[in-house]
Amino acid sequence: MALLQISEPGQSPDPHQHRRAIGIDLGTTHSLVAAVRSGTPQCLPDAQGQVLLPSVVHYHADGRAEVGLRAREEQAIDPANTIVSVKRFMGRSPADLPEHALAHYRIAEDSRMVRFQTAAGEMTPVQVSADILRVLRWRAEDTLGGELVGAVITVPAYFDDGQRQATKDAAQLAGLHVLRLINEPTAAALAYGLDHGAEGLYVIYDLGGGTFDLSVLRLSRGVFEVVATSGDTALGGDDFDQRLMDLMLAQAGAPALLPTLTPSQQRQWRMAARTAKEILSDQESTFFSAPLPDGTTWSATLHRAEFEEACADLVQRTLNLLRRALSDAQLQAAEMQGVVLVGGATRMPMIRTAVERAMGKAPLTDLDPDQVVALGAAIQANALAGNAGADDVLLLDVIPLSLGIETMGGLVEHILPRNSTIPQARSQDFTTFRDGQTAMAIHVVQGERELVSDCRSLARFELRGIPPMVAGAARIRVTFAVDADGLLEVSAQELTTGVQAQVQVKPAYGLDDAQIAQMLQDSVAHAQDDRDARMLQEARVDAQALLAATRAAMQIDRDLLSPEEDAQIHAGMTALAQAERGADIDQIRNATADLIRQTDAFAERRMNRSIQRALSGQPVDHIARLTDAQPSGTR
Amino acid sequence: MDLSQSSQSHFALFGLPETFALDLAQLERARLAVQAQIHPDRFAAGTDRDKRLAMQWAAQANAAYLVLKNPVQRAAYLCERRGAPVQAENNTAMPADFLQQQMQWREALDDLRDAGDSAGLQTLREQVQLQSTQRMAAITQALDVDNAPQAAAEQVRALLFLDRFTEELRRAADALPQRSD
Repeated sequence: MALLQISEPGQSPDPHQHRRAIGIDLGTTHSLVAAVRSGTPQCLPDAQGQVLLPSVVHYHADGRAEVGLRAREEQAIDPANTIVSVKRFMGRSPADLPEHALAHYRIAEDSRMVRFQTAAGEMTPVQVSADILRVLRWRAEDTLGGELVGAVITVPAYFDDGQRQATKDAAQLAGLHVLRLINEPTAAALAYGLDHGAEGLYVIYDLGGGTFDLSVLRLSRGVFEVVATSGDTALGGDDFDQRLMDLMLAQAGAPALLPTLTPSQQRQWRMAARTAKEILSDQESTFFSAPLPDGTTWSATLHRAEFEEACADLVQRTLNLLRRALSDAQLQAAEMQGVVLVGGATRMPMIRTAVERAMGKAPLTDLDPDQVVALGAAIQANALAGNAGADDVLLLDVIPLSLGIETMGGLVEHILPRNSTIPQARSQDFTTFRDGQTAMAIHVVQGERELVSDCRSLARFELRGIPPMVAGAARIRVTFAVDADGLLEVSAQELTTGVQAQVQVKPAYGLDDAQIAQMLQDSVAHAQDDRDARMLQEARVDAQALLAATRAAMQIDRDLLSPEEDAQIHAGMTALAQAERGADIDQIRNATADLIRQTDAFAERRMNRSIQRALSGQPVDHIARLTDAQPSGTR
Repeated sequence: MDLSQSSQSHFALFGLPETFALDLAQLERARLAVQAQIHPDRFAAGTDRDKRLAMQWAAQANAAYLVLKNPVQRAAYLCERRGAPVQAENNTAMPADFLQQQMQWREALDDLRDAGDSAGLQTLREQVQLQSTQRMAAITQALDVDNAPQAAAEQVRALLFLDRFTEELRRAADALPQRSD
């Protein structure tokens, strides 16, 4: 348990009150929401008892967004207004995407990001994803019976910074407070590991609808440590559907058949391919039928072996990435305790056989591959919300791709290597190239290659006001900081003068803060009074939480304060308690800010002490029990 | 975030003695003990200040761990703390016999790569590894026994060359066609 957030008995809000937090798996083909209920993670069903929500959104002319099964059924009727597999578009520009991905849609002219032109107006992938997330939020609020404190959203481990930021923006737009973004394989490992009491090295092989992720984790006494990760954000079950469809199109006539089909007929082919793929997971052959341009129906029998042959190179790609991850971790397949299959696409027998051959052992498949990610996210959400009795686990995740900046000659200087544990911060010093140079352009890139042109560009910013010096005399310190969500912030400072510049790396193909704020305002039409009441309530809750935390901290670690500091903090607490009883929002906020400032040094010292205690082997938990009504998790 | 503000050494952060010789198991234990206290996940329900502090501490601990875990970086860090910064970018003057051997090795790498000789690459890798081990021993002597950071810094500069070359060897080996199984 953390030391800083403990409240003393009687001062805390009811310790038995459960804080509602959810885990969401925002998938390419399906999305799910899960929560820990009565100590057990469960996926939450809709009114019809379905836990899988198809990630399909159909936009109607009246502005309505139909999400899920109905939308999926309508896709063949109205393909241009029905967005499928939107995850593939997150944080991407049109140029990043294969042509067939955009084929059915009307895309606005914008080189930076994809904009779908629909009957309900222009929609960005962030908005489409928000529509899916909103349905899951409502489902959770209905099922759990009240407002949520927050959500953990999963993303593919191999998502880059732009894709992560876009996902977080979508959640915000859907009215969700994001407790954390966590990686899908890590979430799966959490659900699997806690369920099975697993220890040792595990491979999580996660083949979803549109993304492939692979993580190697070390599980040891409640610590889930990712040691290496690899993947491909443009490889998934959709590609197997595509191969099956191509195979059938070739048999039905000519490769030239496709362009002669109407968009609606193309969708029918795609849906038939999907169905056939699913049947072939259980049967050796299936009957395939789909419409021809003249309206007649073409049909044929398809054998599993033909399908597998058509997909052999896709499977091999995943195995190559498996080999790379093990090589990065300097581990052998034989050292793995087990391999866990995640994602609906791993139901295909060809995947199970290939993984078994590569690893030399049968994969573990006893948890539902569709649900395991959402279940893991729910477990982590429950813990992050601070619920008592949550499993006391520690997730140590990594960045999937190296981060660096452009140097002379279009070369990349890597500052943070891939597989560095997050959060992470590292600085490197650079200098000027020309005499009298007063500005420096900083181009942030992500990727393993040595040429900038082979890496993904994340952001560009400038450090200005460098005093003129001879080339090589200035000292510019560039700091990369990656937070626990895997999001990057870059800052630069000229050391001799202290001139500073910094940028929160917003995706080059994403939305800026103003756009998000505008969308939020558009979507939440609160009356002014309502909003004021809400803001006052929030300010009071913040103030109460700070007072409780400070009181508890004073009780435990008062000896860290000088008499003057002690007196000052007491005065600050009195002032805040007084303000909190009033109704002046600004006064409460100011008093809160004052007390935070007065206790900054105290908080530092307490954290330092908690580390020293942990290192010297003193039990830290007993301190928690003295002050917390509920015993902390003991796992 | 300015990491230079922190005066605490990487060793002190993990409660370890400030020597080149290091008990890696102890480093692992200390790192997990520290992360268990300060990881941002522990403060997700806390105040914004707590979240910010946790993020800074955890990031610093992770960065310190990377430096300590890697022997070359650990040696460079100790040299700097003892007044003999390695300054690899400014100080490229290396002994002639060392440079000569580097050139020989690089030619050998090119030949082996062209010939697709994975056994030869492995032999070369072992030679480089042997020299690395010898230089590590010299660093241990210089830093932990003789208190001669200048001498250690010279070894570190040589090791930086060897590390880069080892990485090239690894890439060359990875690039060779794999036997299919």
